[in-house]
Amino acid sequence: MSKINSCYHCGDDCKPTDIAYDEKHFCCNGCKTVYEIFSENDLSCYYDLSQNPGATPEDIKGKFDFLNQEEIKLKLIDFADASTEVVSLYIPHIHCSSCIWILENLHKLQPAVKHSQVNFPKKTITITYNIESTSLKHIVELLTSIGYEPYISLENLEKKTGTNNNSLIYKIGVAGFAFGNVMFLSFPEYFEVNEFWLDQYKPIFRWLMFSFSVPVVFYAGQDYFISAYKGLKSKMLNIDVPIALGISVLFIRSVVDISFNLGTGFFDSLTGLVFFLLLGKFVQQKTYNYLSFERDYKSYFPIAITKIDPQNNSEENIEVFKIKKEDRLLIRNQELIPVDAILMTDEANIDYSFVTGEAKLVKKKSGDKLFAGGKIVGNAIEVIAEKSVEQSYLTQLWSNDVFKSDYQPKFKSLIDKISKKFTVAVLSIASISLIFWLFYQPALALNVFTAVLIIACPCAIALATPFTMGNLLRIFGQHGFYLKHINSLEQFAEIDTFVFDKTGTISSSKMSKIAYHGLKLSAEDTAILKDSFRNSNHPLSRELYSFLDTLDLKTVDDFEEILGEGIHTTFNSHNYKLGSHSFVEANSTHQKLNETAVYVKKDQQVLGKFVFETSYREGLQDLFKTLEQTYKLVVLSGDNTGEKQYLSKLLPQSTQLKFNQKPDAKMRYIEALQEEGKQVCMLGDGLNDAGALKQADVGIAISENVNVFSPACDAILSAKQFKNLADFLKVSQKGMRVIKLSFLFSFIYNSIGLYFAVTGQLKPVIAAILMPLSSISIVVFTTLATAYISKKLPKM
Amino acid sequence: MNVIYGLLAISIAIAIVFFIVFIVSVKKHQYEDTYTPSVRMLFDDELVKTDKSGSSSSSENQKPNHKHKQS
Repeated sequence: MSKINSCYHCGDDCKPTDIAYDEKHFCCNGCKTVYEIFSENDLSCYYDLSQNPGATPEDIKGKFDFLNQEEIKLKLIDFADASTEVVSLYIPHIHCSSCIWILENLHKLQPAVKHSQVNFPKKTITITYNIESTSLKHIVELLTSIGYEPYISLENLEKKTGTNNNSLIYKIGVAGFAFGNVMFLSFPEYFEVNEFWLDQYKPIFRWLMFSFSVPVVFYAGQDYFISAYKGLKSKMLNIDVPIALGISVLFIRSVVDISFNLGTGFFDSLTGLVFFLLLGKFVQQKTYNYLSFERDYKSYFPIAITKIDPQNNSEENIEVFKIKKEDRLLIRNQELIPVDAILMTDEANIDYSFVTGEAKLVKKKSGDKLFAGGKIVGNAIEVIAEKSVEQSYLTQLWSNDVFKSDYQPKFKSLIDKISKKFTVAVLSIASISLIFWLFYQPALALNVFTAVLIIACPCAIALATPFTMGNLLRIFGQHGFYLKHINSLEQFAEIDTFVFDKTGTISSSKMSKIAYHGLKLSAEDTAILKDSFRNSNHPLSRELYSFLDTLDLKTVDDFEEILGEGIHTTFNSHNYKLGSHSFVEANSTHQKLNETAVYVKKDQQVLGKFVFETSYREGLQDLFKTLEQTYKLVVLSGDNTGEKQYLSKLLPQSTQLKFNQKPDAKMRYIEALQEEGKQVCMLGDGLNDAGALKQADVGIAISENVNVFSPACDAILSAKQFKNLADFLKVSQKGMRVIKLSFLFSFIYNSIGLYFAVTGQLKPVIAAILMPLSSISIVVFTTLATAYISKKLPKM
Repeated sequence: MNVIYGLLAISIAIAIVFFIVFIVSVKKHQYEDTYTPSVRMLFDDELVKTDKSGSSSSSENQKPNHKHKQS
């Protein structure tokens, strides 16, 4: 092939097959079929909206049969009546406007669909369909057949938590509404003109402002009182204590002022303060709603499994939670083993990379014990369950304390650290000035005391962190680094130890490099080898098949595969043996310990071997070099020590390498580091790192595709951006500096305000200017500063 | 000057109307997905263009809140 075409449907290279149809190229029959479906149904617009929008449909024989079970189905659907059902499905592939278009035109493919609506940010689709002529299973299979396979896992079965809480939005609405109106109403009083009519109507204006402020204090600001009360109860002076104090003093003083006709009160400052504070809360609450940071094994496991009844050899689908000891189960290609079990079929190839991080397939023979979490590759197998899901080895990991929902890490943010000093300082300034004025001019004493508490309300301080970190969170998200919460970002800035998992984290999980060592292969031999590998289903054979580049096509005469050993073929009376070291009877000088290799033997001579090497992510060396200067680096791997020599050459000398680490050992290792007082950041990718990620101060999951699943973590980092980890780290440290600068600014504002307050000259109008001014200037400053410090971040 | 009472009442009434509209829009989940509708509104013409006369043209009018289309 001279030119490689890209598939009209999915955009992949049309290699090794290129199907031409309708003057377009397709990479496989699946893609072509979807194109046919769309063009027959007048849906070819799909390809006009974006280029190559599709995904190759998966083969799903029997995969969704469990949806016919009433019990499981009822847990999945949102609503059902006699004739219609409504279901919401999560579809990871939703990524462009073509997706929205095709999914909202489902009724053209399936008339029983009454209505389908996509929620793009959440990647979900809500489908209303008529159950007289279709069923949930059919809908799901239809979606899968056009390349939009919904992701249905145990998580969906659990009670859906109430949709995101709107109460904050209501509170912002109330506070903003009151703030605007109170500002208008207090306007006439700002100018202190003693105009007859104005004086006449003062009371009504003031009591109107009062009535606007009541819901602000008692509804919109209630969280601050609750949080302050909780803080005081646990003997913590958190930042909400001075805020709650400020709000109450503002309100009480204002009510007293207007009741005794002493002045206008501070209702404008009060409503403005609550409004800005809530805005800060809203900014920091903004999260990536299509990413889930809380995944545990439930999101990996299938909902149902095929149970075999040996008496009459019938199959039925049961929920995995209903698996009992001694049940006989059928597990198909690419399905996960849900429970620890005993293998009954002759043999099985299992990919344990989920659990151990070891990418190599493990071979098991009849009677061997299989652990939950392995993925079956190749033929379907039968097993006998040994335990239930919750008691299996892998799921036991989640019974550890770090996975308990009430597990509180001991992190104290910058704001927690200063809020105590701040509160003490404000209260002492207020008390000193109270005492001073009591001797000097007792009539003014209370006025001054309350003025100090009002003006020192730490609004600007409370806004600095949410706005700085909230902005950085969004900017990082645009660059492929998604953090769960602003606290994680703050912790990330203070890390001093980095622990890396090996497989899938510093090495890419998919691509292994293949190198050939030995005598040169002739063109004919290459062609013969290629054809031999074509006939084998072993994963290594498949990789070698696509690796060997030859245009010459040969067909071998005789082909025999000895499972787990190798391939035996003949061609023109030459015997070829391809396979393991022992299979080709190579002498041991060829062999390296723990190396993955396929040997080639022609007649009596070993020609050489294909060695599979892990390929490390680009930029790995530079990243480690950069980090090594300031941080302690560790590589923890579930793998054997095969790569040790190479890794120690590749990585800086000071890097610690630890191999053969089981999931719980990784977790304990991190715990031990933390006990030494280290701030640990763990980078991992699989379920096997879940405990370690959770235990670490910051757990970052590396992901080739952020829509695919990553274990519970504090952040998800796109694999493409892995090499730029150090840049993100730098920016987050600069972000902390921006916060500290903002504190300095708000300190200056507070000092100016305190001067007015202590000298007894604080008028409502000054507070009404100073407070919004300080809040707004902090917001503007942090927004500009974060944009500036993250300017140099490398684009996705 | 008693007109000030009327003016205040009117201004606050208008403000409250807007506030209620805001609350209702939040309750109707209008803030949950702010992206998809912006894409969806571009599709209507597409449907008309690709529609074969008859069979399926009626079904697309089943969308709720389907505004009157200019044709």
